[in-house]
Amino acid sequence: MDVFKADVAIIGAGGAGLRAAIAVTESDPTLTVALISKVYPMRSHTVAAEGGAAGVVQSHDSLEHHFHDTVAGGDWLCEQDVVDYFVAHCTEELVQMEHWGCPWSRKPDGHINVRAFGGMKIERTWFAADKSGFHMLHTLFQTSLKYPSIKRFDEHFCVDLVVEDGRVQGAVTIGIASGEFTLIEAKSVIVATGGAARVFRENTNGGIVTGDGMALAYRHGVPLRDMEFVQYHPTCMPGTGLLFTEACRGEGGFLLNKDGYRYLQDYGLGPALPTPVNKAMELGPRDRLSQAFWYEQQKGRTIEGPQGSVVHLDLRHLGEKKLRERLPLIYELAEEFLGVDPALTPIPVRPAAHYTMGGILVDGKCAAPLPGLYAAGECSSVGIHGANRLGSNSLVELCVFGKVAGEEAAKFSRTVAPGNSSTLQQQAELAQQRATNVVRKGKGTERISSLRREMAESMERGCGIYRMGDEMQRTCDKLTELRQRFMNVNVEDKSRVFNTEWLLAIELGYQLDVAQAMAVSALHRRESRGAHQRLDGYTERDDVNFLKHSLVTYAGENTPNISYGAVKITHSQPAVRAYGAAGEKADAAEAAGKIA
Amino acid sequence: MNTSERMITMEVLRYRPEQDETPFFQQFLVPFTDDMSVLQGLQYIKDELEGSLSFRWSCRMAICGSCGMMINGVPKLACHTFLRDTYPNTLRVEALAHFPIERDLVIVMDDFMAKLESIRPYIIADTPRALSEGEYLQTPAQLDLYEQFSSCINCLLCYAACPQYGLNSKFIGPGAMALVHRYNLDSRDSGSAQRMPLVHAEEGVFNCTAVGYCSQVCPKKVDPANAVNINKTESAKDYFLRFVTPKGAGK
Ligand SMILES: Cc1cc2nc3c(=O)[nH]c(=O)nc-3n(C[C@H](O)[C@H](O)[C@H](O)COP(=O)(O)OP(=O)(O)OC[C@H]3O[C@@H](n4cnc5c(N)ncnc54)[C@H](O)[C@@H]3O)c2cc1C
Ligand code: SF4
Ligand code: FES
Repeated sequence: MDVFKADVAIIGAGGAGLRAAIAVTESDPTLTVALISKVYPMRSHTVAAEGGAAGVVQSHDSLEHHFHDTVAGGDWLCEQDVVDYFVAHCTEELVQMEHWGCPWSRKPDGHINVRAFGGMKIERTWFAADKSGFHMLHTLFQTSLKYPSIKRFDEHFCVDLVVEDGRVQGAVTIGIASGEFTLIEAKSVIVATGGAARVFRENTNGGIVTGDGMALAYRHGVPLRDMEFVQYHPTCMPGTGLLFTEACRGEGGFLLNKDGYRYLQDYGLGPALPTPVNKAMELGPRDRLSQAFWYEQQKGRTIEGPQGSVVHLDLRHLGEKKLRERLPLIYELAEEFLGVDPALTPIPVRPAAHYTMGGILVDGKCAAPLPGLYAAGECSSVGIHGANRLGSNSLVELCVFGKVAGEEAAKFSRTVAPGNSSTLQQQAELAQQRATNVVRKGKGTERISSLRREMAESMERGCGIYRMGDEMQRTCDKLTELRQRFMNVNVEDKSRVFNTEWLLAIELGYQLDVAQAMAVSALHRRESRGAHQRLDGYTERDDVNFLKHSLVTYAGENTPNISYGAVKITHSQPAVRAYGAAGEKADAAEAAGKIA
Repeated sequence: MNTSERMITMEVLRYRPEQDETPFFQQFLVPFTDDMSVLQGLQYIKDELEGSLSFRWSCRMAICGSCGMMINGVPKLACHTFLRDTYPNTLRVEALAHFPIERDLVIVMDDFMAKLESIRPYIIADTPRALSEGEYLQTPAQLDLYEQFSSCINCLLCYAACPQYGLNSKFIGPGAMALVHRYNLDSRDSGSAQRMPLVHAEEGVFNCTAVGYCSQVCPKKVDPANAVNINKTESAKDYFLRFVTPKGAGK
C-alpha cells in the first residue's frame, strides 16, 4: 500500500475543505496538507448553491439582527456563543472571498450588492448572480493552487479513518482510477464531506452527497448531533428535486395554489403585499413554507402533476429582462427541463429534501470529541443551524468554520508526534480488507439500486415534512432490515479501474447508517421544533423536555443509542417564532420592552 | 410535454482496460419520459441493466461539469441533453473526444488539470489589500468585462470540439485560455505579465485556427473562441512591442 505522510489530512474539497486547506497553509506554510476528494474539487456540491452567502453590510443592519434571525430561525436550538462568533466573522470572510476574486454582483458604485433571503430581517445576502456557490467554489479551488504545500488527492475515495492510541492519525483511500489503496498518515484530520440529503427520494443534492464523513466519524464513536433536522426546500422541480433558489422569492416571486391564490397568507405569514417584505409571505422561513405546502395538499388546493402535487412559483411579473439578469440559471432550468418560459408561465414546484442541519458533533473550534478530529461544513454540527437553517448561512459557514477548522487542526498537528507507522499500516490493511470484501466476497443477492430506493422511499414516508410516531417506527424497522440485507449486497463488477459500482455500494453503507441515525433521532424527539414537525400529539415545541440537542451514537448492528446534551443559551431566551405581520408586532413589542 | 413512457435504444461505448482490448458499443433499451436526460438514461442502465457501466456525474443541473460526453457525435453535458430530442432514433454515447479513455465514458483529465494549474488562475495583486480595507470597488461594467469568462465549469466540451487540441494536446486550449482571460481582465488583478508567456508560447493561442466550434458547444456561453482570439491580438501586440519599445515598457 502507498503511504503519504501529511501534517493535516482534509477529507473533502468542497467549500469547507478548500477553505480549511488554505487556512492551514496560511497559518503555517511548512505544514503539508493532504486534500482528499472523491471528485475533482470543482465538482463538489458547493458548486450547485445558487442564492448567496450572508454577511452584515448595510448601515441599518447589525450583528445582533443576524444573530437573532439565525437563533429564532433555528427555533432556539443553536449554540448561541457559536452563533455570536459566526455572525461576527461572516462579512470578513466574504470580503476575503472578494479579495481572492469571487465575482460578487455589484451596485452601480462598485460596492458589493446584497439581496433579501428567507427568514432574514434585512438584506444581507451577498450573491454572484444565481451561481454563488459555483463562483465561491471555483474561486477557492483556483486560489488553493497558489499554495505548494497543498497536495491534492483528486478522485480518491476515503473508506476509513485510522484511529490509534485514542486519536485520529490518518485516513485510508482508494485511488478511483487505479483501484489502489493509499494510507494517508496525518497528525490531524478534518472531515469536510458535505451533507446527506440523498438518503431521501426527492432531493436537491448531487449524487456525491451521501453522508460519507458523518458515517466515518460515527462508526468511530463520535456522536452525530441533531440528525432529525433535515430541511425541506419548498421550491423544487417535481421528480428530479432540482432546486429553484429562494432568490426567486427574494426577487419578488409568488407562490400560488391551484386557484392562483397566494396561500401563505393563510398560514400566519401574511399580509400578502405585492412586493417582497422580509420575513413575510414568500420570504418566510423554509420549514414554514414546506409545511404550508403540505396543508394545501391535504386541503386539495394543490395542482396534480405527473410527478405529484405541485404549486406554482410565479415569476411572470418580474419580466424577462430582470429574470435573465438576476436568475439566469433558474431561467435555463425551467426552460430546458420543464419546457416552461418563466416570463410567460408559472413554474410547477414542490418541496424536496435539501439540507442536513445535524452532523458530526464538534465544539465552537470545530473539534470533535475524538482528539485530532475536526469537522466543518454541512457534515458538521458546530451549532449555528439549530432546528432549521436559514438560507445563505451555510455558504458563509464553509468559510468561517473552514478557516477555524484549518487553523485548529494546524495547531493540533504541531503538538503531537508522528504516529507509529507500522501500527498505522496494519490498521490500514484491515480497512482495505473491509472495503475489498464488499466486492470480493461471494455473489450477493441484494441489488444496490433496490436497497437505495427502499431506503429513500422509507425516509420520505417516515421522516418527511410531517412525521408520526408509527410511521417513524416503520422507517426505523425498515432501516434495520436494509442494513441487514446490505451485508448481502451484490457487486457484479470485480475490476479495479474506475469501478463505480463498488464505490456506490460503499456509499450505500454510509447512507444506511446516516439514515438510521436520522430516523432514530426523529422518533425520540417527542415535540415539534423547526424542521421536525409531528402530527401525533407532539405538535408543540416542548422547551421543558426538549430544549436539548440529540446525540446519536453508533452501536454496530444494533439500533443506535440516543442521549441529549444542553443547548448553550447566552442572551436570547426561547420565544414564539413569529413571521409576517405577527413577527413585526413581536419585534416592536420587544423593542418597546427594551426601551421601557 | 409528453409524459407517457416510451422506449429508446441507447448505444454506449464500453471500454474496461483490464479486460477489453479495444472499445466497443453495447446497446440498451431504455424506458423514458420527456423530462428525462441522457444522464438519467445512463443511470437507468447502471441501476437496472448493467452495473459495471462507469461514467462521471453529480449535480444533475449542468453546473458541476462532470458529465461531458459525445452524444450522437457532439460534445454535450449528459444531464442537459434530453432523450426526447433523439427519439425515435438510436442515441449514441461515447467518451469525450480528444482525451484518453480511462474506462467506458470516463476520460483521463490530467492534462487539463495540469494546464489549469499552470495558468495561475488566481488574483495576483500588486499590493495585497488588507481585509480591514473592505472590498475592492468594481463597477458592474468592470465585472461585465470578465464575468462571462468566469462562468467556465471546466466541462471540457470545448476541448473535445477543438480540432487543434485533437492534433496536438500541448495546445493550451479554449477552456484554460478563457480562464487566462478571466483573470487578465479582472480590475483587481495585475498578473497578466505572468500569464502572457504561456499565451505567446509555441502551444499558445497561435495554434488556434479560429474554427469557433468550441464556442458553439460551450454549455455556459463562455465563448472561449473569443478569449483565444483576443489573446491572439494581445499576444501579437506584445510580440511586436518587444521590438519597438525598451524592454518591459510594452506592458
Ligand atoms: C442546490 C443547492 C443550493 C444551495 N444554495 C445555497 C445558498 O444559496 N446559500 C447557502 O448558504 N447554502 C446553500 N446550499 C447549501 C450549501 O451549498 C452546502 O451546505 C455547502 O455547499 C456544503 O459544502 P461542503 O464544503 O460542506 O460540502 P460539499 O461541497 O458537498 O463537498 C463535499 C466534499 O467532500 C468530498 N467527499 C465526500 N465523501 C468523500 C469520501 N468518501 N472520500 C473523499 N471525499 C469525499 C466530496 O468529493 C466533496 O469534495 C445549497 C445547497 C444545495 C444542494
Ligand atoms: S469554456 Fe465552456 S465548453 Fe469549455 S470547459 Fe468552459 S464551460 Fe466547458
Ligand atoms: S451532472 Fe453536473 S454537469 Fe452534468
